[in-house]
Amino acid sequence: MAKSLPVNLVTFAPSPPLAVSACIHCGLPCLTTAATKGDKHFCCTGCQTVYEILTENGLTHFYELNEKAGVQIKRPSRREQFLFLDEPVIREKLVDFRDGETSRVTFTVPGIHCIACVWLLENLFHLKPGIGRSTVNFPKKEVAIQFADAKISLSEVVTLMAMLGYEPTLSFGSLEGAKPKPAFRKLILQLGLAGFSFGNIMLFSICLYNGLDSWSVLNLKPLFGYISLALAAPVVVYSASDYWRSARTCFRQRVLTIELPIAVGIVAILAQSCYEVFSKTGAGYFDSLCGLIFFLLIGRWFQQKSYERLSFDRDYKAFFPLSVVRKNGDRDETVPLSALNVGDRLLLRNGELIPADACIVSGKGVIDYSFVTGESELVEKGAGDLVYAGGQQTGIAIEVQMTKPVSQSYLTSLWSHETFAKDRTDTFDTVLNRFTKRFTITVSVVALGAAAWWWAHGQPAVALKAFTSVLIVACPCALALSAPFALGTAQRLLGRQQVFLKNQHTIEMLAKVNTVVFDKTGTLTASGAAKVEFHGKPLSEAEERGIYSITRQSTHPLPIRIGEAIARRHTPETILSFVETPGKGMEARVTGQTIWMGSANWFVSRSATVPAELQSRGNSVHVAINGQYRGSFTLETALRPDADKLITSLTTNYTLALLSGDNERERVRFGELFGANANLNFNQSPLNKLGFIHDLQKSGKTVMMVGDGLNDAGALKQSDAGVAVVENIGAFSPASDVIIEAGNVPRLSQIMAFSKDAVRVVWLSIILSSVYNFVGLGIAASGRLAPVVCAVLMPISSITVVAFACSATHWLGRRHKLGGAPK
Amino acid sequence: MSTIYLMIPVTLLIASGFLIAYIWSVRDGQFEDTTTPAMRMLSDDNSSSPAAPDLNTKNKRN
Repeated sequence: MAKSLPVNLVTFAPSPPLAVSACIHCGLPCLTTAATKGDKHFCCTGCQTVYEILTENGLTHFYELNEKAGVQIKRPSRREQFLFLDEPVIREKLVDFRDGETSRVTFTVPGIHCIACVWLLENLFHLKPGIGRSTVNFPKKEVAIQFADAKISLSEVVTLMAMLGYEPTLSFGSLEGAKPKPAFRKLILQLGLAGFSFGNIMLFSICLYNGLDSWSVLNLKPLFGYISLALAAPVVVYSASDYWRSARTCFRQRVLTIELPIAVGIVAILAQSCYEVFSKTGAGYFDSLCGLIFFLLIGRWFQQKSYERLSFDRDYKAFFPLSVVRKNGDRDETVPLSALNVGDRLLLRNGELIPADACIVSGKGVIDYSFVTGESELVEKGAGDLVYAGGQQTGIAIEVQMTKPVSQSYLTSLWSHETFAKDRTDTFDTVLNRFTKRFTITVSVVALGAAAWWWAHGQPAVALKAFTSVLIVACPCALALSAPFALGTAQRLLGRQQVFLKNQHTIEMLAKVNTVVFDKTGTLTASGAAKVEFHGKPLSEAEERGIYSITRQSTHPLPIRIGEAIARRHTPETILSFVETPGKGMEARVTGQTIWMGSANWFVSRSATVPAELQSRGNSVHVAINGQYRGSFTLETALRPDADKLITSLTTNYTLALLSGDNERERVRFGELFGANANLNFNQSPLNKLGFIHDLQKSGKTVMMVGDGLNDAGALKQSDAGVAVVENIGAFSPASDVIIEAGNVPRLSQIMAFSKDAVRVVWLSIILSSVYNFVGLGIAASGRLAPVVCAVLMPISSITVVAFACSATHWLGRRHKLGGAPK
Repeated sequence: MSTIYLMIPVTLLIASGFLIAYIWSVRDGQFEDTTTPAMRMLSDDNSSSPAAPDLNTKNKRN
């Protein structure tokens, strides 16, 4: 054994292994030669099985639609795993409807990614008798399946889907029943109706504008007036109903929003038009009225753009599993989470989540709390120790006894904090609303002033005309359209870059932010990619290959990461013997070598010597080959590429802070990165994080929180703009305002600069439409404006404002390099 | 010129036919998902594979 070992440092960058060939099913590199059929190679037997099933059932069209379209089968699925779905309590809640013979169920399937997936899932009925029509909704990643209860059970349907690689999301939250339908359907009905009436009234109005009546023997004006009124009536009642409701709310709550002057404008046009029709003096301005509502609804439709497959308000229920294995005497039964009680004994296998605070009964717990606390090091627990909800067991199965109900654990109690009770989407403090207040007051003063002036000069007819003209001209249609179109365009541009905003208001919030708080693990550092270094005498190629071979057998995350880092061009060797002491170490024999890999304590417990200077390092795995101590692998979380550049670019304009659930190990490293002024906080609990954000806000800061995981959920919700970082769009993310793909984190400063400019565009559009309004107002107040001119001015002003808002935002997007095709 | 009294009701009748068709299509959910039907059309394999059996004969709407 080496006493003073010369420490040589070898750094391994994570590199993909050199593949023999690509799997014909999923396209991933084949690392073994075990799964081969003829000249077809598979990466695993799971993929081979799926390929064979599809070929046998004449579904090879799947591979014609999209080559290597399959989803890799990560673990074999057994039907027992899904048997709990047949429990009446669970089935009733999952199934959309059943009529005694057939049932229909809708699942969210994250695996749906291409045209071949849609085709395969819609041809499921070829594979099992009893399955009927299945319909995929691609944007929502949902599939609705009919099945005959007599021939097939729900668990069999799910097993089939899982076996093909399309395992549906079955989380605790999916039991909550159907989500309320979005108002989308009503809006497009309103929009369609308004467009219909607008177009048809226009046909009649054009005849009148062109002087049809002057050369016609028939007096068509009154008739056309009545027809227009009939066409406009449903628009006023149904299409504009949201404006009436908003206007009423404005009165009741004594706040001024853009809807109030709009409603007043609509009433003014309607009143003027009805007066003209009934007094037989004209045909009214129903074309303008419907056009106005039509344009406004287009703005609203543009604003309502939402990302259906993303959910911005998920809580822990979406993360927790639907069921868990409960010990009942000698029997294991799968039960839904909602049926658990304090005192129940649960069996947790490798990778399974602890659903409630519990105490270990038997087995060695190696718990990964990274999602809950942000702490990346694994925690080892023995019998009698407490484990907390949200942790994941790694290694062998453990048995635990629940000490608290699911809803009252350390983690889930975060959701009973008051922050989660309030809904802050309904704040009225938007750019537009601030402007509207001044605008409405000005318009009222002008309208009343003009009417009073003409009245005082003894011309009551002109006074009335001036009053209604002012209200009609001032109707802030163009104003109401400026924000939806400018911000909506910005939201779409960001969406194309995999940055998804909850709503348009978020852009205004992003522009206002002056303090940025980062989470560490998973946000600034990549959760998977670790920097692996070997300290010790360099390993020969044969030795490295041996180590690579045995890391592939381990279930512990550290050896797995080491294996990924050193894989390079190695093909695994045959393991002659393999013994793993879970959470501690492993001993294995490969050709000509006996390899030990494990923690320093494990080495010491087996009376091997570990050099003192290597003993104390965190996250290290020691290696001995043929009884010779060789050195240790250390893993260090790597910063995301360009994360340092992001921090540097933000320090000039923003106050920065770091909140980490991790220990102080990396304080120096992040201190250098964030600079002297930043506030670095370690060992933060989820509630600490929430409190920290709250304190910042109390001191007058507008805070953006960038985080991932449940441990940041409170802080994300409390912050003014919560940014959730996800590795894959569609993967679990806690409630937030922005969902951003991890690769885009370094571009945050760019995104914030863009938001600021987008808000500037809104201001410019507001100024532009105000110019129209005040020019019109000037003429209207003088009582000289023919209502026909109003009717023409209205659409022109709306269209120019919309064109300006959209093109300016697009131009900005290009300048900030956000435009163009998706990556 | 008096034919206009006949033409106007006819045009309005035709137009309202389209309006009703639009309202029906919205209620039928045809605007809920505009992406998947486009993909479905492209993935037709033209083979003589049978269409999926509609098990639910009693209540076709969901």
